Amino acid sequence: MSSTSTEVHHGPKPYWNPYLSGIGLGLVLLLSYVIMGRGLGASGAFSSLVATGVSTIAPEHARANTFYNEYLADTTKSPLKDWLVFEVLGVLAGGFISGALAGRIKKTVEKGPRISVRGRLFFAFIGGTMMGVGAKLARGCTSGQALTGGAVLNVGSWAFMLAVFGGAYMIAYFFRRQWK
Amino acid sequence: MNAPFFKYGLFGDDVSLVVAFVIGIGFGFFLERGGFGNGRKLAAQFYFNDLTVFKVMFTAIITAMVGIYYLSVIGWMDLSLVYLNPTYIVPQTVGGLLLGFGFVIGGYCPGTSCVSAVTGKIDGMVYLLGIVVGIFIFGEIFPLISTFYTSTPMGQITLSQLFNIPYGILVFAVVMMAIGGFAAAEWAEKKLGNKIVEP
Repeated sequence: MSSTSTEVHHGPKPYWNPYLSGIGLGLVLLLSYVIMGRGLGASGAFSSLVATGVSTIAPEHARANTFYNEYLADTTKSPLKDWLVFEVLGVLAGGFISGALAGRIKKTVEKGPRISVRGRLFFAFIGGTMMGVGAKLARGCTSGQALTGGAVLNVGSWAFMLAVFGGAYMIAYFFRRQWK
Repeated sequence: MNAPFFKYGLFGDDVSLVVAFVIGIGFGFFLERGGFGNGRKLAAQFYFNDLTVFKVMFTAIITAMVGIYYLSVIGWMDLSLVYLNPTYIVPQTVGGLLLGFGFVIGGYCPGTSCVSAVTGKIDGMVYLLGIVVGIFIFGEIFPLISTFYTSTPMGQITLSQLFNIPYGILVFAVVMMAIGGFAAAEWAEKKLGNKIVEP
């Protein structure tokens, strides 16, 4: 996994300086505000996806539900023809481009040394599920609330951000075997 | 300059989807550059080994915040046309806690799991599947929790309005706090032996 400096051109390149990556991300966010009048997002795209899936399988059930219906309201277009869906497709492309340029694309499971692959994937699924519920309850995730709302000093976004860090630090000790 | 361009009708909905894709490329690119496609690096934030998450996030927030402030002060950007997500303080705090739990347990958040999955990480792919299932669960229980979901509404409100502090002073204070936080983070990483997570 880790490579020494003498063989760096064989293995993956190191990550960028965090402040440099942060300025890059901040400029992308600023550009989004200047061009679109809105910030970034991620979880919203998956809501469109879920709403589309549910309405394909059970159209009446989806229509009767205010949460799904919010994504299905405009019947003149597909719910997947949505700003956040296209933005997330871009995230996938951008992540791939960056990873490919740095030699960091590799089939692997990121985990600490004291947990099995199966155990790690189980927790990844559970964590993802909690994130899905939490992000919808909070009306956005780390992208749509913390970054996007953080930059315009939105009250709910800052409360959300404190809660995310607070919640994570609160339980980190109990899950240390997964990472350390 | 009249920003936001889209709100001033410079282009239509179809072009906005192209813009979305291009902005997404930038977003995904810098997330991956910073190491945010790696669950070990993200989780390390919560064990104080590697505080990259804090550094990248707050550098991004203050960069965009100062930019937006500056453009609005010189009159190039109309802040009233910028979307502000309405605040529902209690459900958002509870959602945030749940998200924090999911972050440590699963290793990612939605945006970072996309970058993880697309760079070959199986845990990132499984995490994405979990998000879809989680949103489905939320959708199915929504009729039961909709009262809670819409509780404690505060409307579209900024910290500057809530605490009655002038916008510019608050921007300055947040920048100062972030810089203080960066100094503390650098100190803590050194103190704990620089266990920075590499690819």
